[in-house]
Amino acid sequence: MTDIPREEYILKCTSACAGCSDSLTLRYVLKAAGPDTVLVVPACCTSVIQGIYPNTAMNIPVYNVAFAAAAACASGMSAAFKAVGRKTNVIVYAGDGGTVDIGIQALSGAFERGTDFLYICYDNEAYGNTGMQRSGSTPAGARTTTTPAGKGQTKKDLDAIVAAHNPPYMATACASYPKDLFSKVQKALSIRGPKFIHVLSPCPPGWRYSSERSVEMGRLAVRSGMWILYEREFGKVTINGPSKAAMIKPVPLEEYLEPQGRFKGISPEARALLRSVAERNAQRLKKEEEGIC
Amino acid sequence: MSSRTRLARSRPTEGACGKTGTWRVFRPVIDRGKCNACGICAMYCPDAAISEDLEVDLDFCKGCGICAHECPKKAIMMVREEK
Repeated sequence: MTDIPREEYILKCTSACAGCSDSLTLRYVLKAAGPDTVLVVPACCTSVIQGIYPNTAMNIPVYNVAFAAAAACASGMSAAFKAVGRKTNVIVYAGDGGTVDIGIQALSGAFERGTDFLYICYDNEAYGNTGMQRSGSTPAGARTTTTPAGKGQTKKDLDAIVAAHNPPYMATACASYPKDLFSKVQKALSIRGPKFIHVLSPCPPGWRYSSERSVEMGRLAVRSGMWILYEREFGKVTINGPSKAAMIKPVPLEEYLEPQGRFKGISPEARALLRSVAERNAQRLKKEEEGIC
Repeated sequence: MSSRTRLARSRPTEGACGKTGTWRVFRPVIDRGKCNACGICAMYCPDAAISEDLEVDLDFCKGCGICAHECPKKAIMMVREEK
């Protein structure tokens, strides 16, 4: 913990659920960004956990906006800071619903305009804030309140959509690897232009596992190959250490699925679908890293 | 400036969501004999309720148990709260 600053920008305590990895992620994002930062938060868990007026747990300026407007709002904010000559970091901190489903047009627009900002999507693979409804990011076979028999479709490949915009920097991360997350946010903020970080954020009540296993769950997702940690800098892909190890010797997928209540009684077809999607993604990234495609 | 001060603005305050320690069912108890002060519990605490000298702030600890689960020395026990 030598290089990670001790300052906390989230005061004790948010109203996040016990064991929430969103608030763990936010801790490290803000540590990396520092005090000269504005957070743009659309409707998501983070807009709720801040606390009740006239108090807030966030020790930096936060701008709460409508679901679909986060990236558009950040575009304006970034332009305004540029106009007055300030180097304030503009960070959008949005959930997967506000990124994959509702906010995707604003996200795409801001990336096309080349806005200088960082978009962080913390992905708990459902609309956690409103009671765990299915989102475009929910993986195949997962039970949510709107897919009680398990989702039939696969997870939307948001990273490929963002990569198609050719941003200068994009990465995936997980709060179970805080140093990795911290350095990725720092690196992203040191680059000009639109940046994107996709963070897997296990959710104890939504994924239905006990709260103490949050960090373990993120680690299992990486080790089983369900979540691949990589960076894409100016088109060049680098797969990070933990995922490289997982590609050589992964832990069985069952170890990741078993503790989660949302995958209880998952059909063999859905399990095969999950596995094939993970393998396809790994193969594609490996080829891209080697420069084959 | 007077119009600016009238803006509805939330101020950063500790305990903005109340004393979340009241949510707790299990309380972390650190065994100082086993603890080697590696700081992994503080690193993974989602609410930063564990201080630099590894004291748990029981006013705010929600009792999620991540610290006990991640402790490599198994030096943290989760003990049921007595009413």
